[in-house]
Amino acid sequence: MRVTWDGEEIEAREGQTVAAVLTARGVRSWRTTRVAGRPRGLFCGIGVCFDCLVKVNGVPDVRACQRVVADGDDIRPQAGAELPS
Amino acid sequence: MNRVVVIGAGPAGLAAARAAAALGVEVVLVDAGPKLGGQYFRQDALASEDRFSFPGGVEHVPDAAVWAVEPIHGGHRVHLRIGAADDPSRTGRVLETRALVLATGAFDRVLPFPGWDLPGVFTAGGAQAMAKGQGVAAGDRVLVAGTGPFLLPVASSLAAAGARVVEVAEANAAVTGWLSRPRGVFAGWPKLPELARHVSALARHRVPYRSRTAVVRAHGSEWVESVTVARLDREWTPVPGSERRVEVDAVAVGFGFTPQLELAVAARCRIEGGFVAVDAAQGTSAPGVFAAGEVTGIGGADLAASEGAVAGAAAAKRLGAVVDPPLGAMARVRSGRRFAAALEAAYPVRGGWTDWLRDDTIVCRCEEVDLRRLMSAVDERDLGGVRSLKLASGAGLGLCQGRVCGRNVAELAGLDGTAFARRRIASPLRLGELAEAEPEAEAVEVPDRALGQDFG
Repeated sequence: MRVTWDGEEIEAREGQTVAAVLTARGVRSWRTTRVAGRPRGLFCGIGVCFDCLVKVNGVPDVRACQRVVADGDDIRPQAGAELPS
Repeated sequence: MNRVVVIGAGPAGLAAARAAAALGVEVVLVDAGPKLGGQYFRQDALASEDRFSFPGGVEHVPDAAVWAVEPIHGGHRVHLRIGAADDPSRTGRVLETRALVLATGAFDRVLPFPGWDLPGVFTAGGAQAMAKGQGVAAGDRVLVAGTGPFLLPVASSLAAAGARVVEVAEANAAVTGWLSRPRGVFAGWPKLPELARHVSALARHRVPYRSRTAVVRAHGSEWVESVTVARLDREWTPVPGSERRVEVDAVAVGFGFTPQLELAVAARCRIEGGFVAVDAAQGTSAPGVFAAGEVTGIGGADLAASEGAVAGAAAAKRLGAVVDPPLGAMARVRSGRRFAAALEAAYPVRGGWTDWLRDDTIVCRCEEVDLRRLMSAVDERDLGGVRSLKLASGAGLGLCQGRVCGRNVAELAGLDGTAFARRRIASPLRLGELAEAEPEAEAVEVPDRALGQDFG
């Protein structure tokens, strides 16, 4: 299947998480923090820490380690504070 | 319908579901993951087959976030959101039960150090999950650090996934010490052969294993580029002059585990010493609520499965099944707990870790609270407890709800950390989901007379 990362088409496999797709591509960080704008990526890997938040199909605050990719997913980095949705 | 609801499909939850179903009781097994197994039996997410199967009578509900457990007359109501993780399209489901088994497991405890918030610093369990579940190594040159025997399988999974493990740093005495002393307190522990396999795998990959050693700092700007490793004294204070710099692109860190207590707290189970208190039938202080696995004490997969088998039988009995006491599983629980106690004594977290911190070291990752801000909140206000500490410092107020920082913050502030587990909404929901009407509860009949909680 194919998904897009920040607008660019990339390969993904059935069952992969967003975090695995990005890590396999060498992307280490996909979010900046609200206060200091520091880079963050995967930390706990099991859905506990909420550090690996990413935007999927326009929806922010999705845990990349928990979200399994679907064909055509539009995945984008998340910057600073996002409005609650 | 009469049903046992089991929350968590790791070793404890699987065993509980099997035991209850074998006694002819309907079971609903709820889990956050897409596949059975939990963290320990993590399955290859890319494989199409499933390693586990069930006797009839078990409904497995995958991809389900339990966001609340609510005591009701005669039992509990369990609120779920089911579907793709954190997606607004998730659907609600509400289950009532008179016999609830909590097998919610635990997650890694990570102690803070300067630079631990850099991308490339992972929890040991996170690196393990990526390697085993997704076949991706956390980095090319990885250092594994922390304490306890769990560091060994993490290092060998990383090596198997293609990473070069440059070192394993154990803050306490070497795990390999008791592998070579078969007469020691760990003799007979069923995990010893497995650990011995990991040790020989690491020897094959020429991975140095060092005791009384820790990562005390991570360096880099956008991600981790190197770490400072230091020798520790008995209290874990770094030995001056022992620091050395190691080039890495990833670090996997784990200092034992923290139980996922919020559902037990919501169900009004008594917590003792940081874990859910249970009796010989795995019953908690809340009638109709049983607990099994790491929520009752950190003891590994075999102990968790034995506790699950006992809890599943006790839950079935609560619903009226005719049950002989599962004496074999109960005996395995008792011996498993002895090993768990020995393990805990051998791999404690010593207070010297606070010497690794600087004033500007982040202690709460979500709210970016550093040590200076935390300690000034502690010093300037008369803090009665965790709640006032959270409000005064901001630590623990973020999306992880203090799961990552709670115990560390409580230790720094000199408070009991259990209060961090009071989380009214156990798993974050979107506002739209909260606003949505919930489906009608799948109810159960409450019998006139209360049924027993134990095997007596």
